[in-house]
Amino acid sequence: MKRYIARRLMQGAVLLCMVATIVFFLGRLTGNPVDLMLPEDATAEDRAALTQTLGLDGPILDQFAIFVGKAIHGDLGTSIRMKQPAVDAFFDRLPNTLVLIPWAILLGMLLGIPLGVVAALHRGGLLDRAAGTVAVLGVAMPSFWLGILLIFVFSVELGWLPSGRMGGPAHYVLPVITLGTFLVAGFMRITRSAMLEVMESEFVKLARIKGLSEAVVIWKHCLRNALIPVLTLWGVFVGNLITGAIVTETVFAWPGIGRLTYEAVIYRDFPLLQAVIILKSILILSINLAVDILYAYVDPRIRLA
Amino acid sequence: MTPDAKGETVLEVRDLHTHFFLRRGVVKAVDGVSFSLRRGEVLGLVGESGCGKSLTALSLMRLLPKGGAQTIKGEVLLGGENILECTPAEMREIRGRRISMVLQDPQTSLNPVFAIGDQLREALLRRKRAPLTRAPHAEVMKEAVAALRRVEIAAPEQRISQYPHQMSGGMKQRVVGAIAISGEPGVLIADEPTTALDVTIQLQYLKLLKRLQAETGMAILFITHDFGVVGRMCDRVAVMYAGRIVECGPVRRIFEAPQHPYTRALIASVPKMTGPVGRLTTIEGQPPSLMDLPVGCRFASRCSLVEQRCLDAYPGTVRVGDEHTADCWKATPA
Repeated sequence: MKRYIARRLMQGAVLLCMVATIVFFLGRLTGNPVDLMLPEDATAEDRAALTQTLGLDGPILDQFAIFVGKAIHGDLGTSIRMKQPAVDAFFDRLPNTLVLIPWAILLGMLLGIPLGVVAALHRGGLLDRAAGTVAVLGVAMPSFWLGILLIFVFSVELGWLPSGRMGGPAHYVLPVITLGTFLVAGFMRITRSAMLEVMESEFVKLARIKGLSEAVVIWKHCLRNALIPVLTLWGVFVGNLITGAIVTETVFAWPGIGRLTYEAVIYRDFPLLQAVIILKSILILSINLAVDILYAYVDPRIRLA
Repeated sequence: MTPDAKGETVLEVRDLHTHFFLRRGVVKAVDGVSFSLRRGEVLGLVGESGCGKSLTALSLMRLLPKGGAQTIKGEVLLGGENILECTPAEMREIRGRRISMVLQDPQTSLNPVFAIGDQLREALLRRKRAPLTRAPHAEVMKEAVAALRRVEIAAPEQRISQYPHQMSGGMKQRVVGAIAISGEPGVLIADEPTTALDVTIQLQYLKLLKRLQAETGMAILFITHDFGVVGRMCDRVAVMYAGRIVECGPVRRIFEAPQHPYTRALIASVPKMTGPVGRLTTIEGQPPSLMDLPVGCRFASRCSLVEQRCLDAYPGTVRVGDEHTADCWKATPA
């Protein structure tokens, strides 16, 4: 297990270097932030001065060398727009995003897993097709559209819920639904296919031979086994939520790292963009590793392997 | 127990038909099977792969595989009651307590994510004598340890908290056995319980089954394709071919004077451990398609003694001796 974790950490480090390189050069393709910061009638000298202050005047490879040198020491630069260390800006906003994620996953599992079990039990039947339709809808609906639709219905027309910004529990409802809807479908489909496979197995037959009730056979013997692939999905989903939050947080003016990413791109805030993407990558890599370790606790075969 | 010592009949199957209804047609996998099983007896059900042995067993448990299998005709009398007419809830009460089953592959028969003790506990809670339903957890676990000891598992106290993947195939099959009999059923179906085990382990397992039977007096329906195992285990044997039992009788009679050509061919194909080593005897040809069965004898196309009447009509069941029947035109009635 220790060797496995060490190997995964090495792989993660390599991946991070690649991510950092790509985001550095790709970010610079969007244009010069100086154009956005100075009025249109600024003189060439003003522009040159600001460019120099921001450290954007040297050859791009030199800039990259400086960036790498600082990054190794944990310094990912200072945000151009916010005038504060980019890392601090990220960690200021991170909790706001993280508070949404457990609720979205909870919603996804609470609806998706039972739907998947029901669909598997009625394979090919009306309920299966109904659940399948829900799944397709959930995946097909883009979150910016669903978010705006929810705001329109529940905030504008009905006036029941706030349309954006952070606040009390009511502020969570719409963003969580928007994030969670995508997950319901995923959880449902993976639960369904895993259940169908497990239900055919010999140990389920033996459970029935024992005379166990159908409820125990399905919800204990089948579901526990079907949850193993569901758990793997967690890693993917948390990753999806962190990246997917860009759109949802922008729609709901939610001050999390998704919206921070959006702002970094729009304002060509290179140091912030680099920091946000690198830190997000670290976050996703750690979550995936954590899920794989957690996996070992659900499936005893992996635990002792 | 000798075949002559007649216990009461605990299970009687009459004219059982279980068919698969597929889009391509009807597969008559079990097509008119009748036999009876007495207390304390081992009845062997022998036949080649695909002859309907396992489906017969699953029909008795009423656990037919999904995908169009249906028992359409017949009676399964368990202690005189036709369990084919029971409601699903009544059937759940019967399973484990009155009729139980050991499956073929021990590697897949146990749930990989629950400890052995937990899987045993579920079965023990269904015991009729001295119900454990309200007993404290520790007491049930004590019973589980006892159940493992009964199937000759060493260090059962440690095994109880282990998971299936930590055990060998032979040990797992013992656990499955312990689970199957913990409801103290009167009838145990063993569906090729030793096929997936090593030869040395097979013998131990058969001895174990014999011992458990002697202790409990349960009747065993022993499904196998191995005539060698039949000689060792069974009191009587039923030979199945293409969905029907073609010959049934006491083991000794079947070995000494088989009446059906198929039984003769099966016995002849058991490799001998003595005498010169020659080519292995095989039965030429293929069994008929269960979707398109001939009107006559189902073995006719492979039978060396085939006559016109064999092709024209199915031979009735002929009583050829004491408790010995054969479905063959050439069998001489006793």
